[in-house]
This record gives sequence, C-alpha cells and structure tokens, in this order.
Amino acid sequence: MKPAAFTYHRAHGVPDAVGLLTDLTAAGEDPKLIAGGQSLMPMMTFRLARPSALVDLGPLRRVPSMTAISESGGTLSLGALVTHHAVETAALSPGFAVLARAMRWVGHLPIRSRGTVAGSLVHGDATAEWCLLALLLDAEVVAEGPAGRRTIPAGELFHGFYATAVDPDEVVVEVRFTRPAPHAALTEFARRHGDFAIVDAAVALDLDEDGRTSGGRVVLGGVAPAPVRVPEAEEVLAAGAPADDALAAAVADAAAGAIDPPDTDDGAGVSAAYRRRLTRTLVADACRQASGAAR
Amino acid sequence: MTDPHLLSLTVNGAEHEVVVEPRRTLADVLRHDLRLTGTHVGCEHGVCGACTVLLDDAPVRACLVFAVQAEGSEVRTVESLAGPDGGLSDLQQAFTDHHALQCGFCTPGFLLLAEGVLAEQPDASREEVREALSANLCRCTGYQTIVDAVCATARARQEAR
Repeated sequence: MKPAAFTYHRAHGVPDAVGLLTDLTAAGEDPKLIAGGQSLMPMMTFRLARPSALVDLGPLRRVPSMTAISESGGTLSLGALVTHHAVETAALSPGFAVLARAMRWVGHLPIRSRGTVAGSLVHGDATAEWCLLALLLDAEVVAEGPAGRRTIPAGELFHGFYATAVDPDEVVVEVRFTRPAPHAALTEFARRHGDFAIVDAAVALDLDEDGRTSGGRVVLGGVAPAPVRVPEAEEVLAAGAPADDALAAAVADAAAGAIDPPDTDDGAGVSAAYRRRLTRTLVADACRQASGAAR
Repeated sequence: MTDPHLLSLTVNGAEHEVVVEPRRTLADVLRHDLRLTGTHVGCEHGVCGACTVLLDDAPVRACLVFAVQAEGSEVRTVESLAGPDGGLSDLQQAFTDHHALQCGFCTPGFLLLAEGVLAEQPDASREEVREALSANLCRCTGYQTIVDAVCATARARQEAR
C-alpha cells in the first residue's frame, strides 16, 4: 500500500529538528522523526503508523559527528546517523567487535545500508539486535530535547511494545557503548534469514586468564515485550567455571528456566514452550561462540 | 495536505527536477515521474527487493525511501547498465549465460544489488555472494543460477584487472 499523506520537513541541525518537533506538535500535528526509515516506512505502508508530519534527519548526515564512529577510554561512540552497514565494515577494537559480527543478523544488506543504529534503538522492537546489544554492552543514548541533553542508560530505555524512554520531542544525537566485551556473541533464529528473530540471544563472558568466567551478561529478545537481561543465567556466569560446553548448558538451562515467554501460538508452532526451547539452544550456542571469540 | 516539494536528483547521470508529494516513494518517482520502468515494484514494504537501486552507490530498497529523502543524491537504475550501443553489460550477459532469470521480474533488483555488492567486495566469495543475494526474492530460478552469474562476473572482472 501507499503511506497516508503527510507534510515533510527537513532538519538542518539537531536544534532545528527539536524545534520542528516542538512547533509541529504545538500546531496540533503528530510529527515523527525519520532517519533511515527502514522500520518506519514499512509501518507507514501498512498504515500501522500515520504520522501527519515527518521531520527528516537526512541532511544531518553532513554533520560529521552524526556519522562518526569513535573509540576512547573503553567507550565506543556512534553518531545517531551511523548505519548498520557502517558498523559492519568498521575496524572496531576486540572489545566491540561483537557489534560488527552481529550485523549479519540485521535484515539484509540494502536495509543495513540505510537503517541506523539509533533509529533501531528508538524503535525498540523486542527482538531487534541493537536492543540486545545495548543491554549487553551497557549502552547510553544521548537525547536532545527542548530542555537540553540527557543520557538514558540502556537498562531504562525499553518500556516494551515499541515504547522507549526517548520522548517524542527528543532527538537522539549519540549512542555510547561503555562495556567492552571481547568474549561476546549474538545469535538468533528466524524462519528465513533476515526476518525478525523469533528469539535472539546475546552473551558476554568475563574471562580470567585461566579461561574461567568471573561474570558476564545474558540478554534475550523475543521472550518478553522488551529485550531483557536474565539475572538467573548471569549468576551462573558470576559463580565462576571454565567456559566450556558444561557451562554453556548450565547457563542455557538457567535462562530457559527463568523466562516467561508469551504463549501466543500463531498456528505455526510458536508457543511459549517453543520459545523456551529456542532460548536453551541459542544461549548455549552464544556461550560457545563467545568463549571462542577474540581468543 | 499534498504539500508538494520540488525535488532535484541525478538518475543515471542525468539531472532531474520533479514536483512530488512527500509520500511518493523513490520507486514510484522513478517509474511514474521519470518513466524509468525498469525498476520493478513487488511487495512495497521492503521484503522482496525487486525495486533495489543504487542510492549514492549503496544498494537500497527504492520502496523504503521517500523520494524527497533522495534530494541531491545520485541514483542508478537498471537502465544504466547497458552499454552505449544498447548491448548487455557483462553482468546482464552472465545472467543470460547462466539462466539466472526466467520471468525476469526480479532481475533488475538482483542486478543492482549485485553491482552494489561487487563494487564494495570485488573479491566476494561464493558464500558472501549468497549471503548478499539472500536480500532479494526470486520465484523462478531457485537462486543457484543467480549466484553462478554473479560469481562468474566477479571472477571475470578480477581477471580483467
């Protein structure tokens, strides 16, 4: 289908974008930001989204900080218009290389060429790879609104069902990843490669010199309305054990036992039990991949 | 609320100015306003890849770009591939040689996707080509012959260097 009609406004700076959002809202409009548009446009063509006005961040690609990828002091900073494909092809240090490796799961190349990291986070799909990676690597989203800039930690970002802590009059300017994880992996299952995952799992292992875990992260998508960390599984990592198949199985069991996935059988077998089984398999796979990563 | 915008963009090396409604997709502007009907529209929501074009050298779904977002950009469509004499490009000839098309509806999208991939990865492995081409749908060929054609073109271009 064709999207419903809307008025179109180009933002020529972040304050300009914030001003447009504020002014359009005050005029009774229902404005929405568009950057890559790879989530918003399908929703508009299905008319699941019918914003009366779009504010285009596209011209801000000319602002170097908006497309910059930089690392310093254990923090990776991505400008708000950095695309998935830019991350996929970036020379990242081992602590953040999991981000580049995970990009193959994000849609397909033409989607990754255009879609943005920040856009994916603000869209807040519970299975979006970037939402899991944000929780895995302690991301912070820097958003600018009428009252100035604020920093939102990933742990407070996702409210579930596509709702996030970024307000409608705020513009994300930067995403920072503050927890390097050289031993980390993301994996997922979808019926067709490139589709939204039914379940996806990301694991980061904190390993000591002997290859034993001293902590880590276990993050899941597709098992709750928002992406979640699984404390019960992270406790297994914190207890300390060699990063081997037995540990992978123990972490996977803990994760599968802890979750309460939606029982929305779609007639094709995607029940709560199915998601739990996928969780067990994917967490174990992610653990094994993480222990092998960056060695 | 049609809110018409004057849009300038370069398509296949030629500059164009068109007046468009903001909701007009790049695919529709190419087909309806510029009459470049080689770009095909399949699903209109970013799944099938039939409308793939190169936007500033990157393969994109033309149905997932509003034309107004392409202001000042360079677009390449399937019409740009043929030589000045109208003959097939090496990639198009490889599609013919390897039986990489049957009905041909998806072919323009595959051609532009492949050109985008080979421009960035001229030495792409067969596995990388398969992964990249998985972006687009074809209902006739079963894909193997498309992968064959793209890999053959990549090899030939590498050897010609």
